[in-house]
Amino acid sequence: MKKDQALIDRLAEEARKGRISRRNFMHYSLAAGLTASSATGLWTTTAMAQPKPGGVFRLGAHDGNTSDTHDPGTYLSFSVIQLAHTYRAYLTLIEPDGSNGPDVATEWSATPDAKEWTFKLNERATFHSGGKVTANDVIASMNHHRGEDSTSAAKALLKDVEDIVDNGDNSVTFKLGSSNADLPWLMTDYHLPICPANADGSLNWQSGDGCGPYKLVEAEFGVGFRLVRHEDWHLEGAYFDEIVIQVLNDPNARQTALVTGDVDAITQLELKTLALLQRNPQIAIDNVPSAAAITMPMFCDTAPFDNVDVRNALKLSIDRQEIIDKIAFGTATMGNDFHHSPAMPYWPDDLEQTPYDPDQAKALLKKAGAEGLSVDLSVADSVFSGAVDLCVLYAEHAKAAGININVIREPNDGYYSDVWLKKPWCAVQWGARPTPDVMYSLAYKDDAAWNESRWQNARFNELLRTAKAELDDAKRAEMYREMAILAKDDGGTVIPMFPNFVYARRSNVMHGEQLAASWQMDGARACSRWWFG
Amino acid sequence: MGTLLFLIAKRLFLGLLTLLVISVIIFFMVELLPGDIAEAVLGMGATEENLAALRKQMGLDQPAPVRYLNWLSGAVVGDFGTSLISGERVTTIIGQRFMNTLFLAAYAAVIAVPFAITLGVIVALLRNTLFDRVANVVTLTSISSPEFFLGYILILYFSVQTGMFPAISSLNADMTFLELLHRTFLPALTLVLVVTAHMMRMTRAAIINLLASPYIEMARLKGMPPWKVIVKHALPNAWAPIINVVALNLAYLITGVVLVEVVFVYPGIGQSLVDAVSKRDFPVVQACCLIFAATFILLNIAADVGAILTNPRLRHPK
Repeated sequence: MKKDQALIDRLAEEARKGRISRRNFMHYSLAAGLTASSATGLWTTTAMAQPKPGGVFRLGAHDGNTSDTHDPGTYLSFSVIQLAHTYRAYLTLIEPDGSNGPDVATEWSATPDAKEWTFKLNERATFHSGGKVTANDVIASMNHHRGEDSTSAAKALLKDVEDIVDNGDNSVTFKLGSSNADLPWLMTDYHLPICPANADGSLNWQSGDGCGPYKLVEAEFGVGFRLVRHEDWHLEGAYFDEIVIQVLNDPNARQTALVTGDVDAITQLELKTLALLQRNPQIAIDNVPSAAAITMPMFCDTAPFDNVDVRNALKLSIDRQEIIDKIAFGTATMGNDFHHSPAMPYWPDDLEQTPYDPDQAKALLKKAGAEGLSVDLSVADSVFSGAVDLCVLYAEHAKAAGININVIREPNDGYYSDVWLKKPWCAVQWGARPTPDVMYSLAYKDDAAWNESRWQNARFNELLRTAKAELDDAKRAEMYREMAILAKDDGGTVIPMFPNFVYARRSNVMHGEQLAASWQMDGARACSRWWFG
Repeated sequence: MGTLLFLIAKRLFLGLLTLLVISVIIFFMVELLPGDIAEAVLGMGATEENLAALRKQMGLDQPAPVRYLNWLSGAVVGDFGTSLISGERVTTIIGQRFMNTLFLAAYAAVIAVPFAITLGVIVALLRNTLFDRVANVVTLTSISSPEFFLGYILILYFSVQTGMFPAISSLNADMTFLELLHRTFLPALTLVLVVTAHMMRMTRAAIINLLASPYIEMARLKGMPPWKVIVKHALPNAWAPIINVVALNLAYLITGVVLVEVVFVYPGIGQSLVDAVSKRDFPVVQACCLIFAATFILLNIAADVGAILTNPRLRHPK
């Protein structure tokens, strides 16, 4: 095959600017006449150019409020989560490839029953104010979320933890009331950064001190933050000299700021204008499949949803591809009615996708004696952008199966206190959770306060309990596969899609080959992982 | 003059009463909002236990009237309390932002008021000509467009296409005054476009109204040039309604700029009010609303006093 040098040069240029994925690069390079090995070589010399230090990285972040604080227990806004991963560090972190990697803890191990976890701390980890990170600091950071008076949103996450002890050799041991093989994953939760302890064992979160890659210089919540590199940071990275995180709540202001070069990267693009932004050669868009989800839980104990055939008929009556194309503008991963996204560990990749099949849905309804089914579906605009449109489109799809879905538009204010968990069928958006166990325990376990579909399945719950204590990955994966099948075939939740994280940067901003899918901006760690090319 | 001072004192006293009534209304409106501050702070992730703990910590377990009286007893001695969420002093949270809002309002007013009045005089002079029509259509169009739309149009032309002005007006402490003016020009211009029409048209109407008066005819008959007739004879008698409209628009520049702040990411007080309402942070909501209310009251008093000062009949009542 003759080599097409012009195309190869263009591909190399695109790769240098980070505007092409490895897969596409290889595909086109082969088409242009390169051999697979020389294409790989070209990729590593261009796109994988060595990170170089320097520059001021200005990040425009959405969702910031003047009422945000440094208290990790009440972290809620995305701009603060982004900040938290920049000035503070966690025991463990999520690597770009989605695995669970070391941060303040260098290694960890569990007793065979997964009831005691020991984390060895990094000797090099220091706070910006100078002190070394000690076991005391870790214990205070965790205890901040525990105990009677704790107001932390992470209280439930740590409820299994009975005690945390200082082993005296720069390691801590978590003693759990019940087995939990996922504890190291839980340590990546954004509420659990390591902050310095006060002399009395309480946590000093007020000062804004941390042991993360950048040191806070200026902070005005809801407006912006300025940080400089923490030279003694314990991990690799932190290429930028300085970070400016600016809160840009308005999507238009964010995109304009990126287009005019007032900032170098922005979070959360407006999907409606994605196609227009893509045409700008100075801007690179990152579209990362995530573990966030749109769910539509039906109360499995309430007619007509108490009949599994009705539930399955509704799952067959939604054209997921059209929803992804028209509501998410193509930036979503298809859901299959089990709350476990490909961006999470242990994802079973061999399950059959539920199709859009109105005829089969009709047959199921006939079997259930529920022909001409009419049901209410509650939704509000604030659930996510396009939520009401999604439900209306679903209602159109369901007409083909003879189902009448009344879309009820609820008020935005108080949706999660008055509609969710109260109305028999509604639309919900879930943030990403690190593991299937966390997600299922939170919203699918029989006695969970948030069992949003009121689903009771003995086998599913038994598997959930066994899998939580299982340290063997292969066995766990097999259990999560079976649970996925149960949720898909018997569960009460329609999951049309997992929305992708869609964000953008100027084309001179570079990142590694993979992007972490736990949060936007490379798992909210863009500031310490990315660099200027 | 003594009567004037008495009038001001009386108005100020009534203003304080109004503020008191407003503070009661605001308090109970915030109470009426669905959900409470604890739910807003902890978000969807809250459990009953930590909601209860947080409510106790914030003092929300006390009945509403008690909480209001506690707040009021502080407020009358100038202590507006601390934010329920961040625990910072309300004055610290709002102080700098209020100064930013005042700065933007002043910037816009310094351009808009002379511009609108001059334009008003000119169109009164050239009434029913093409210039008059064009000026009216343009200013009415700009007042009829939503502010965020005007803002986006200005951003499109002045920052995206020509790059003359920055699209976002974030401030920092080490900016020079000139940089500051440059950075905040687009939001100020948006506000100018929004308030000009009202003031200009009132000026025009007030002047045209007077032009039919006998003393204007007299001035004309004695051969005065038309611009002098307007500036020397008509304008002094037209001040009262103009001042009223100017005062109203100045108040608007301070209280009505939330959308402009959002579009240009300007750290003003409107944004903190919106955030505080969505989080039910009562002390901050109350302080912001009282500032807005006080602005209206003071500017209204100023308008009345101005109207009196420009009118000799009111200045020297029989």
